[in-house]
Amino acid sequence: MQAIINILQAGVASGTVLLFATVGELFAERSGVLNLGVEGMMLIGAMSGYSVALATGNPWLGVLVAMLAAGLLSQIHAFIAITLQADQVVSGLALTFLGAGISLVLGEGLSKAGTVSLLPSASIPLLSQIPFLGPIFFKEQSYLVYIGYLFVPMAWYYINRTRPGMHLRAVGEYPAAADALGINVYRLRYLYVFIGGVLAGLAGATISLAVSPGWFSEMTTGGQGWIAVGLVIFAQWDPFRAAVGSYAFGALRRLILDIQGPTMLLGMRNPFYYNPYWGFFLQMLPYAFTIIVLVIGSREAVRKRLGAPAALGNPYIRGERGL
Amino acid sequence: MDTLERKTTNPSVAEGATLFVEMNGIVKRFPGVLANDHVDFVLRHGEIHALLGENGAGKSTLMNVLAGLYRPESGTILVKGKVVNFSSPRDAIKAGIGMIHQHFMLVPSQTVTENILLGLDKPRFRLQLNEYDHIVADLSERFGLKVEPRAKVWQLSVGEQQRVEILKMLYRGTDILIMDEPTAVLAPQEIEDLFKTLRAMVAEGKSIIFISHKLHEVMAIADRVTVLRKGKVTAAGLDARKTTLQELARQMVGREVIFHLDKKLNTPGEIVLEVEDVCAENDKGLQALNGLSLDVRAGEIVGLAGVAGNGQRELAQVITGLRRCTDGCVILNGEVICNRSALVGIQRGVSHIPEDRTGVGTAPDLSVTDNVIMKQYRRPPIAQHGMLNMQVATKFANELKESYDIIVPNVETPVRLLSGGNLQRVILAREISGQPSLMVAVQPTRGLDVGAIEGVHRLLLSQRESGAAILLISEELEELLSLSDRVYVIYEGRIMGEVKIGAGGSSPEMIDTVGLMMTGTPLEQIRKGEAERNV
Ligand SMILES: Nc1ncnc2c1ncn2[C@@H]1O[C@H](COP(=O)(O)OP(=O)(O)O)[C@@H](O)[C@H]1O
Ligand SMILES: [Mg+2]
Repeated sequence: MQAIINILQAGVASGTVLLFATVGELFAERSGVLNLGVEGMMLIGAMSGYSVALATGNPWLGVLVAMLAAGLLSQIHAFIAITLQADQVVSGLALTFLGAGISLVLGEGLSKAGTVSLLPSASIPLLSQIPFLGPIFFKEQSYLVYIGYLFVPMAWYYINRTRPGMHLRAVGEYPAAADALGINVYRLRYLYVFIGGVLAGLAGATISLAVSPGWFSEMTTGGQGWIAVGLVIFAQWDPFRAAVGSYAFGALRRLILDIQGPTMLLGMRNPFYYNPYWGFFLQMLPYAFTIIVLVIGSREAVRKRLGAPAALGNPYIRGERGL
Repeated sequence: MDTLERKTTNPSVAEGATLFVEMNGIVKRFPGVLANDHVDFVLRHGEIHALLGENGAGKSTLMNVLAGLYRPESGTILVKGKVVNFSSPRDAIKAGIGMIHQHFMLVPSQTVTENILLGLDKPRFRLQLNEYDHIVADLSERFGLKVEPRAKVWQLSVGEQQRVEILKMLYRGTDILIMDEPTAVLAPQEIEDLFKTLRAMVAEGKSIIFISHKLHEVMAIADRVTVLRKGKVTAAGLDARKTTLQELARQMVGREVIFHLDKKLNTPGEIVLEVEDVCAENDKGLQALNGLSLDVRAGEIVGLAGVAGNGQRELAQVITGLRRCTDGCVILNGEVICNRSALVGIQRGVSHIPEDRTGVGTAPDLSVTDNVIMKQYRRPPIAQHGMLNMQVATKFANELKESYDIIVPNVETPVRLLSGGNLQRVILAREISGQPSLMVAVQPTRGLDVGAIEGVHRLLLSQRESGAAILLISEELEELLSLSDRVYVIYEGRIMGEVKIGAGGSSPEMIDTVGLMMTGTPLEQIRKGEAERNV
C-alpha cells in the first residue's frame, strides 16, 4: 500500500511537468498555431533554469529565466508560422532541433558543476491527513505541484469564461471572423505561442529544479515534450482533461521506473528486474501511445470530431480568396 | 419573383439629402485583375442603395474597401463629410460602417451572444453571459430578428445566422450596413422577412448598401441603384422608381438580355434513375440523407430545390459513386449502381457536373485536351494498344473547343487559366460528349456571368430534348422553376414534396409552396392547411 502511495505521489510530481507543457501547448493550439517544438523549449527551460539556479543560488530566479528563455525561443516559431506563414509542422520540428542543440552546447559540463539549491516543498496541514489521497497530492510536494493545481481551473476559466479567452477561441476557430471585428489575429497568436513557450520553459525547470533535479543533457526531458503534444489531442483541448492525462502519464512513468527496481514482485521473481528487455518494452509504452495519438490525430476528420480548433495549423492571411 | 412588391419609397431620400458616404476614384488591383477601376459611389442618409453587377464585377471588392478590409491603391473615402483612412475593419466599425459578408463571419462553436460581443471592449474581463443574453434578446425583438441568444451558431439555420450577423452590427451601433448578396442563402419567405427588417432599419435612419446580381430583388427593395461592370461604374445612383428591369440588365451585362427560355414540350420516357430510401453521412459523420427517394425519367429535367447544406451535395455524390450510402439503393436503368465505384457509373452513362469545378470537375494544371478525354481515354479511338493516341485526342479536343465555344488560345493550355464560364464549358463538353443517359448537374451556373448562364441553360435543354434524364441541383429557385419539368424540395436529407411545372411555367403560388417546403414544411401539411382555410 505504501509502495503504491509512493509511486502515485512521485507520479503527481512528474505529471506536473507534463501538465505545464500540455496546457502551454493547449493555449498555442487554441489560438490556431501548432507548435511541435515543445521538447526543444523544455530543454532550453531545464538547462537555463538549472544553470541560473547554480550561478545565483536562487532556484526561483532559475524558474523565471527558464520561462523567459523558452518564451523567447517560441517567438522564432511564431515569426515563421504567423508572419512568414510557413508550414507549422516543419517549423516546429526545426524548433525542437534548435532548442535541443542550443541547450546541449550551453549545458556542456553543467551536469558536473556542483550542487544547486532546489525548489522548496511543503505539506498542506489538514489536506495531507486525508487517507490515501492526502499523501499522494498534498504531502511533501514541491511548490510547483501546488501551483499546478491552481493553474488548471484558472486556465479553464480564462479560456471559457472571460473576454480574452473568448477572443482566443475565436482566433483559433475562425480568424477571419475575429479579424472582421477588429481583433488583432496576429498579435494574439504571437501572444499565445509565447505563453506556450513560457509554460514549456516552466515545465523544463520543474524537471531540473524539482522533480528529477540535475542536467542530463537531452535525457533531462526524455521526450516528454512529445508526450505533451500527444496529450493535447488526447485532452481534446480542455485543461481539465489535460490535467487528468498528465497526472496519469506521470504516474505511469514512475510505475515503469519503479517496477524495475525490486527483485521480487507480488511474491514472484520480478521479470522486469531480471530481463531488461521487458523493462525496455515498458519504457517504450508512453512513446508508442504518443505516436498512435499523433497519427490518429493528424487525420483531419478525426481532429474535427475531437473538437480541434478549426483553424489549427492554418496561417491566417487577410483577404485571402474565399474570405 | 413577382411576390416581392415594392412597398415603400423612403421620402427622406430626395435629391440633396445628406450624404453618408462618398467614395471617389477607388482603384483596387489583384494579381492580374483590375477589380475596381476608378469607382465613384455615393450613399445618402436613410436609403437602401443597391450595388448591382454580375459575378466578378467588383462589388465585394469595393465594399471590402469601404469596410476597411482592403486598402485601395488610390481614391478617397468620405464618411459623413470627413475624409477617412481605414487601416482595419475596426476603424470602419468605429465610423459606423458594418459589413455582412457573403460567407458569414461567425464562430460556429460559440453562442449567439458570444459572437455578438466578439471584439468589443465590454465586458472587460469576466463574461457574464446571462446579463448580455437579455440585451441581445431585447435587441432582436426590437428589429424582429428572432434568434435564441444561448444557441451555438452551428446549430442555427443559415437564415438565423444571417440574423445574428445583422444583430452584431446593430449592437455596435452601425448606421451604415453593407450586405453582400444577403438573399443568396435564403428561402423566399426568409427574403420577405429580411426585407421587412431592412425597411425597419431604414425607418430608424440607417442606410443600407445591398449587393446583388438579382434584378428582381433590386427592383423590389432598393431606393437607388449603382451598377458595376468589369470594375467600372456603368450607372451611378439611378432612381429605382424611374428605371426598368431591362435598363438595369443592359447596364449590368452590356447588351440586351432575353428573359425567356425556349423550352419545348416534351413527354418524358422510361424511368432512368431511381433513388430509393437512401441514407448517407456527410464528411463529419453526421446523417446527411435520411431515407430520400426520387426518380428521373428520360427526356426530363428534374430540379432539386433546397437551402444550401441540406444534403444536396451528398445526394449527388451517392448517385455518381463518390460517396457510400449506408442504406437504400440507387438504380440506373434497372441496375444497382450505388456503393460500387465512380467508374461503374461512368461506364453506364452517368455524367456529373460537380459543384466544385477546380477540385472535382477538372485537374487545373492539366491541359484542355487532358481534361476533356478524362472519361474517354480507356476506349478506342483514343486508347490504342494500351497507349494514348494524342493525335486523336487533340483532334477530339479541338472539335469540342469549336462546338462548345471554349475560348482558349489552344487546347494545350492548362485549364486553370480559363475563366469560370469557359471552365464550365470544358466540363460540359466532356460530360455531354459521352452521350449520357443520366446527367447530374450541381450548381451548374453558380458564379457565371449572364452570357455563360444562358449557354449552360441551352445545353441542358438540348440534352433534355435528346432524351437524357437530368437531375438539376441548384440553389437558384428561378433557374430551377424555369428549366425543370418537376421540382423536388430537399430539407434535412428528406424530400418534402414534389411540384410539377406545366406548360404555363411557374406561378407565385408555386414559389410559395416550394419556399415553405425549403424551410421544412412537408407538402401534405401545406395542402392540409390550404384545405382547412378553404372550408
Ligand atoms: N482576394 C482576391 N485575390 C485575387 N483576385 C480577387 C480577389 N478577390 C476578388 N478578386 C478578383 O477581383 C474581381 C472582382 O471580384 P469581386 O469583387 O469578388 O466581384 P463580385 O463581388 O462583384 O462578384 C474578380 O475578377 C475576382 O476574381
Ligand atoms: Mg461578391
